[in-house]
Formats: sequence, structure tokens, C-alpha cells
Amino acid sequence: MSATVSEQSGPRVRARDVTIGYADRAVVSGLDVAIPTGELTVIIGPNACGKSTLLRGLARMLPTRAGVVELDGAPIGSYPAKEIARRLGMLPQSPIAPDGIVVEDLVARGRYPHQGLLRQWTPQDDDAVAGALERAGVADLATRPVDELSGGQRQRVWIAMALAQQTPILFLDEPTTYLDIAHQVEVLDLARSLQRDGFTVVVVLHELNLAFRYATHLVVMKAGAIVAEGAVADVVTPELIEEVYGLPCRLVTDPETGTPLVVPKASTR
Amino acid sequence: MKRKRVLVLGPLSVRVRPRSLTVGIALLAAIVVLTVVAVMAGDYPLTIGQTLAALFSAGDDPLAQFFVQGQRLPRVVCAVLVGLALACSGAIFQPLAGNPLGSPDIIGFTVGAATGALVQITLFDGGPAATALGAVLGGFGTALVVYLLAWRSGLAGFRLVLVGIGVAAVLQGVNSLLVVRASLTAAQTAAQWLAGSFNTSTWSDVAITALALAVLVPAAVVLSRPLGAMTMGDEAAIGIGIRVEPTRLALVIVGVALVSVATAAAGPIAFVALAAPQLARRLTGAPGVGMIAAGLMGAMLVLASDLVAQRLFAPTQLPVGVVTGSLGGLYLIWVLTREWRRNA
Repeated sequence: MSATVSEQSGPRVRARDVTIGYADRAVVSGLDVAIPTGELTVIIGPNACGKSTLLRGLARMLPTRAGVVELDGAPIGSYPAKEIARRLGMLPQSPIAPDGIVVEDLVARGRYPHQGLLRQWTPQDDDAVAGALERAGVADLATRPVDELSGGQRQRVWIAMALAQQTPILFLDEPTTYLDIAHQVEVLDLARSLQRDGFTVVVVLHELNLAFRYATHLVVMKAGAIVAEGAVADVVTPELIEEVYGLPCRLVTDPETGTPLVVPKASTR
Repeated sequence: MKRKRVLVLGPLSVRVRPRSLTVGIALLAAIVVLTVVAVMAGDYPLTIGQTLAALFSAGDDPLAQFFVQGQRLPRVVCAVLVGLALACSGAIFQPLAGNPLGSPDIIGFTVGAATGALVQITLFDGGPAATALGAVLGGFGTALVVYLLAWRSGLAGFRLVLVGIGVAAVLQGVNSLLVVRASLTAAQTAAQWLAGSFNTSTWSDVAITALALAVLVPAAVVLSRPLGAMTMGDEAAIGIGIRVEPTRLALVIVGVALVSVATAAAGPIAFVALAAPQLARRLTGAPGVGMIAAGLMGAMLVLASDLVAQRLFAPTQLPVGVVTGSLGGLYLIWVLTREWRRNA
């Protein structure tokens, strides 16, 4: 189902000529981007290239200083806050688990955009939380305090909270930072299985080899601009990596998946 | 036992934790018992029967009626309202600051409200109404100064606490100066007011405070849901559909108004705003802000403290602020050692 939908429908999130940044400096300026529906988009680029800034701007966590971010064809600012949160879920880089909170209570907070002043909790919310816990593989941790979990478990709990929002679009801002390789793979496997079930997923990543393995659509950024975009096989070349990261390298083929692996050239110094 | 149940009442559909419900009912019961005891006790002791008779103007004891209706009841109701307001204010500012020390009595708002009141008492010879207005203006003025000083492209909780402590220290000095420079009678009024007490509470104090709280407490309860979510960080809160900046502004206004109204009614009563929300949380074990439980806990604490203040050295009446201050000092030491241990 997802494949046909994504071919027929246009991008649900797009930025037109946006400038995003902090008080005194624009990190991203004059940028256009469309997030393809139903794909697993991975944004890569060197440190401080603006990839997280772009994601935050697309998810209205940073204001746009110029240009417009559109959600389903209308400026994102024209929607009520809860309406956006019913369409677009975002896992930020370093969310804080309130002191002593247990997993199911944290995940339950993802239901906020579906609740009202009087309708604070319904059986639907119970079902959504149970489904999200199951989907993120943390159902057996439901009654454990979040502080006691390992980094990988905690990250899956936060993803479960975003899943409880039941949004068709999901943004993950560097979800694998601080995780060991096994947990990185675990989180990205989850992202891929969500995409295969029809979610539109956008992930900001540092780890190039994993980005190439999982992305169905790759966005490469440098100095606040997009330098390449498209399918991994069409986009990734040694020249591109050297241009973007300043790192002479060779690409070899991943024997598992056939995707490119970056091998830095041996230093001559 | 299931940890939560869904309660449906017409359009209302909420999740209730049995433990929170039990704690709430227990606190309510304690408030009722303390109220009865406080109305019975005094230098003109009454039995329950006499108290009830006096309450409904049914007895033939005009003196009992005077004490119950005119003296003791307004005092008790005022204590309950002030405790409720202080605790709700604490339950707003602690999560906003992300720190159990970020309560209005630590970060200067209570002291600032006192400054406003003292200016009225000592410089303008203001009556109770002017004093109350001064307290509210002082509270808001201080909040504005503390926030402007603590603001660095965002509000860091620890900064807020440190700046607030500094501002509180300065205002404390200003308060002393105001009292020292005042005329003898004004200084006496000021000193009495500064200790925080319900000795002079009247029905008109109760009416004004109740009116303000009728607006502020429901607002605090409604805002406590987004506030709980904001403790996950601004981005996570925005992600689930909270308009963070307007919500934060509303919370600050409601929180400062609560502490100012309480201070206007009874003078600066320390440590209730600090301790009540934490104690309530410890009892309920609930993950959110727990505004209602905190409010009940505050009401209970102030009521109990006032009873102790009245009866401990009877007929000498201590100001209630002395009792909450001593209890709160112990509590503060406990919080600080816990924080240090956790950060170590």
C-alpha cells in the first residue's frame, strides 16, 4: 500500500526558500527541500552543516526567519499546535525523562495531541500506548522507571512516545548518538520497518555507512545547503564524500547489502 | 490492583490513579479534622456540639458564636486558602525551573511581595487593602526582574534559582531598611505583617482571597498538564503539540499571582510553596505535576502549622510563619543533601 501511495501523493512536508537559525546567525539559508512521502529519508553532513537545524525548522521547533515550511500544502504555522502534532511526530536530540517516571507513563504523554480539557484519557489512548510499546519492542519494560534503562532501551522508549502520537510522519534527530553499534542497528531497523508500513520517516545521522544502508532517499548537506539528494546508488561517490567532508576516501561495496561503505584513504603523513 | 482507571462522567473522561485518589481523600479528611479541632480549640474551648451549634447560630451561647463565626472560622478558611495558593504556586515554579529549589519563596517572589507590602505600610501608611495591592505589585515586579536577569536566550532552571536567591537577598535587605527607617507604629505593624500570621484574618480577607483563587486555581490545574509535558524539554513539548512560550508565560502569571495573593492575605509564609508539592508527589508517586494533591497538601500544612502556632505557647500566639519556617528549614536541609548526593 505504501508504495502506491508514495508514488501518487506529493510530499507532505516541504520547505520553500527557508532561512532557519538562531538569534544572530542563519544556519540554513534560502533552502528548498521536499520530503518524499513513504520514504526513509536520511540527512547527512559534517558537524554544524545545519542538518539538525533543518529538521528542527521543518518540525517548527525553530522559527523560520524567511521562507515557509509547508505541511500538507499549507504553511505549518497556520495549523493549531495539536493538529501539527497529530500529523508529524518528532524525537528531539536530548529529551529529558521526568524524575522517576515509568515507561508507560512517558509513552502515554505522546497522546497529548489527541486529548482535550475534559477528554483527558479514553480507551483509545490505552490501545495506542499498548500498540506503541509493542511496536518499539519495549512492552516488557512498561512498568520500569526510565532512569534505570540502558541507552538503547531509553531511545526505543522515546520512539514509542512518538509512535503513541500515531502520526503518519516521523522525524528522528540523531537517534543513534551515544548508542553502540548493535543498538544503532536496532533503532534503524525499527525506522525501516516503520517506513515499510507506510510511515514517512526522516532521520538525521552521523554514521555514513549506516545512512547508506538504510536510506531510501538521501539528503547530503554542507554549510547550510543541500549539495546532493536522491537514491543512495545515484548520489554517493568518493568525490562527493571528499567534497563534503574533506576526506579522501574509497568506496567499497557492503558485502551484506550492496550499499557503499566509506573507507578513508591511508594518511600519507 | 490496576495502577490507573478511566473515570467517565458525561463529557469528562480522565484517568485516575487509585493511589493519588487515596492520598487526595486522606488529605481532605485531615483538613476537615484540623478545621474542626482549630475551631474548637482556644482560650474559650468548645465541645463539638457547642461548635456545631455556634456554627449554625443554633446555640444560646453568644460568646461561642462570636468566637466560632467571627474569629476562628475566618482564620481557618484563610489558612486553607493561603496554603492552597502557596502550594499551587510552588507546583508551577518547581517544574518550570526544573529544580525543587525553584519555588517562589526561594527565588525571591515572596520576599518581593513583602517589599511591596512594606512600602505601603511604612512609606504610605497604607491600610490592609493598599498593603494587599502592594504585595501583588511587589510580587509581579520581582518576578519581572528575576526573569529578565535570568534570561539568556532561554530560561535555564539553575540560573533562575541562583539569580532568584540573589534578588531575594537584596530585597531582604531592602525590607529590613524599610522597617528600620519607619516610625515606631508603622515598624510594629510591619514586623507583625512580616512574620506572616492569620491573627487578624477577617471574612473580608477570606472573600478577596477566595475570589482570586476561584480563577487562579482552576487555571493552574488546567495548565498543569502542558507543564508536566514541558519538563521533557521544550522540543519534546512542542513535538506533542504544546505552544511552549505562551503556556510558559501563562504559568508565570498564574504562579506569581497565586503567591502574591497568598502573601497579601497573610504576609510572607515561608517554605510551604517549597515543601508541599514535593511532599505530595512523594505520597502519590504520580509522574505529573499533581496540582490538586499539592494544593491540598499546602492547605493541610498551613492549617496544621497555624494550629501549632496558636496552641503551642498559648495564650501567647506565635506567627504561623515562624512554625512553617522552622519546619521548612529542616525540609530544606534534607532537599539540599539529597540534591548534592545525586549530583555527586
